[in-house]
Amino acid sequence: MDSAVASLLAAFVLSILGLFAFIWSLRKGLLVENPRAASVIFARGEIGRADDPALDDGGHDALQAQVTRLEPPPEATDASQLNARIEADRSSAFPVFLFIAFACLWLLVGSLAGVVASIKLHEPDWLVDAAWLTFGRMRTVHLNAVIYGFASNGCLAVIVWLLPRLLRTPLRGASWAMLGGAFINAGVAAGIGAVASGWSDGMEFLEIPWQIDIFIFAGFAMIILPALFTLANRKVDHLYVSVWYFGASLFWIAVLFLVANLPGVHYGVQQATTNWWYGHNALGLWFTPVSIGAIYYFLPKIIGRPIRSYNLSLLGFWTLAFFYPQVGAHHLIGGPVPGWLTTLSIVQSVMMVIPVIAFTINQGGTLWGRMHLARWSPTLRFMMFGGLMYLASSVEGSLEALRSINAVAHFTHFTVAHAHLGMYAFVSMVLFGAVYFMLPRVLAREWPYPRLIDAHFWLASVGILVYVIGLSIGGWLQGLAMLDASRPFLESVTLTMPWLQLRSVAGTAMTIGHFVFVAHVLAMALGFGPQRSGAARFWDPVGRLVHGK
Amino acid sequence: MENEAKLAAGAAVSLGIATAALVVLPYVQVRDVEPPAQLKPYTEAQLRGRQVYIANGCVYCHSQQPRDRNLALDAERGWGRPSVPADYSYDRPHLLGTMRTGPDLLNIGARQPSADWHLGHLYQPRAYVGASNMPAYPFLFVQRDRARDDDRVVSLPPGAAPAGKVVVATREALDLVEYLLSLDRTYPILPTASAATE
Repeated sequence: MDSAVASLLAAFVLSILGLFAFIWSLRKGLLVENPRAASVIFARGEIGRADDPALDDGGHDALQAQVTRLEPPPEATDASQLNARIEADRSSAFPVFLFIAFACLWLLVGSLAGVVASIKLHEPDWLVDAAWLTFGRMRTVHLNAVIYGFASNGCLAVIVWLLPRLLRTPLRGASWAMLGGAFINAGVAAGIGAVASGWSDGMEFLEIPWQIDIFIFAGFAMIILPALFTLANRKVDHLYVSVWYFGASLFWIAVLFLVANLPGVHYGVQQATTNWWYGHNALGLWFTPVSIGAIYYFLPKIIGRPIRSYNLSLLGFWTLAFFYPQVGAHHLIGGPVPGWLTTLSIVQSVMMVIPVIAFTINQGGTLWGRMHLARWSPTLRFMMFGGLMYLASSVEGSLEALRSINAVAHFTHFTVAHAHLGMYAFVSMVLFGAVYFMLPRVLAREWPYPRLIDAHFWLASVGILVYVIGLSIGGWLQGLAMLDASRPFLESVTLTMPWLQLRSVAGTAMTIGHFVFVAHVLAMALGFGPQRSGAARFWDPVGRLVHGK
Repeated sequence: MENEAKLAAGAAVSLGIATAALVVLPYVQVRDVEPPAQLKPYTEAQLRGRQVYIANGCVYCHSQQPRDRNLALDAERGWGRPSVPADYSYDRPHLLGTMRTGPDLLNIGARQPSADWHLGHLYQPRAYVGASNMPAYPFLFVQRDRARDDDRVVSLPPGAAPAGKVVVATREALDLVEYLLSLDRTYPILPTASAATE
């Protein structure tokens, strides 16, 4: 059969399969909206009550005043449900703090390595005397520290903290989560040391030697256990959409990581397709679902309003599950891979518009007329920024996969800018917001210097926008120059210089933001700073719901 | 959704389809590709050099996959014909790359066959290409007051070597250059062989 026809047919069949799965899972009440399921994240009487633990009393009252204007007056809250949540939070506090602490450590390591690598691209004779400081190693240290160190620990913190809340039961097997965390972080530390010393498996996203990967895989496998135990002991009938995202993503990352790192199986061109099957799915099936799941919880919870269309969130989940896993091969466009493979990936990349639009309509509907609440809630600001950037990075990704655009963007800094739009502007911003929400509950303390949250937000958000816009322009010009055979190759190098310098400035701003963030976490954990109210109360004796402190 | 089993089944099926498409099918398709007769397995020194290439992350700036003619004019830059799966028969791990901060290197051995040029260029790229942003790799070399008998002295353009010293290549630098010189896929590929990639 003609290969183009075969690939299109295959893509079509797969897409239809995905949609059938979605319809099948929804056959009960497909056309009826389901506000009850969407309200599962709230205790009885919590709808209409704002909840941002990052705020102090005054800030929270101001936010609540805004919410009160918009929502019907809340009913009396149900003390037993709130107590169950307090129990759930207590059970997960220690492992969650462990993951957040490691995430902070790797964030600093990764940011510094990233800035060094960025400067080296326009100052190539800077720090050249030591092998471990060379560009190729610093870049790899950066990637592994932020991907496996910062973002993975952040995602695990979100999962381990939210699962007991969503399932209304204490975390079971917390020690497995901590043991798994220890394995993963030992593996990340060893992997970064290996890469810096020149021991690498040589493939992007898979540099950590497979001998060390055994520890990381064992860590992920151990963390699946408490998730399963907790699921088995749940006290809710309905699994909220975030639970599916978390459950599926834990399974996906474990399988992806295992298959991609199997030694001695993959080689040559097939290894390259496996490499990008993994590389893109690490983003699409691990960081993205966890971040979306986080937004689906935190955003409605902060504003005290359930998501508008629960069924759209179902559509989003199943279309993501069926379209996203196949998009990776567009990284090999024009390369020595079978033509049907890149075509398949391009088709599925475009299909990714469906889950993204489903997500965006849902968030937009939920936030309708409530965008201004972000002025009162720093956590909401991070979440809204992240959600918006998910839309931006996904639409850009779908367009970028198209042959005509990919031909220019491929092999250039445009791709690097796109990766940061997804991993930073979307995933990292959501994780920052989640930490600002979670840590007051985890440590039972307030954030000591709320202004630092603002400083972090502006440094990170302005920094990443300058980074992405500047580097996208530079990368696009680079791609155009490279495609024009009448211009010498060197021109495609020299014309990127001002954009690379701009990137170093933006990256430095983001890194300063990270130091502010980590210093704030440290001050909070060590009990520095003004003690406004002592230990947090989740619930005061009068029976009034008290926001987290 | 009330049922974890549905979730698990859906997650497994969706990933399974993708794995079949992106991992298993390519495996089946390229499993039986024969190495071209003109492509020689890497020698010991070339393989050691390949490890130096991997250790220092050359792949993050240099691809090894001239693109198809209907997508880009890589051939007109002298980077060679579009590559085919058979060209990578001995590549473990693959080093196709996704970035061209520098030029494609799949045929660098044919394009620049001078070991002296490569050694000097690794020591200080800007002595050869003024506007290059490739890192210098002085740690792959040693400086001596006087060369010893078995030293490979790097012949550098005037002014590139430190005053009063000679620059000597380490074993790693020599291996790396051996590997770079082995990168030569300029042999013709028969249409039947390339048809397998369609």
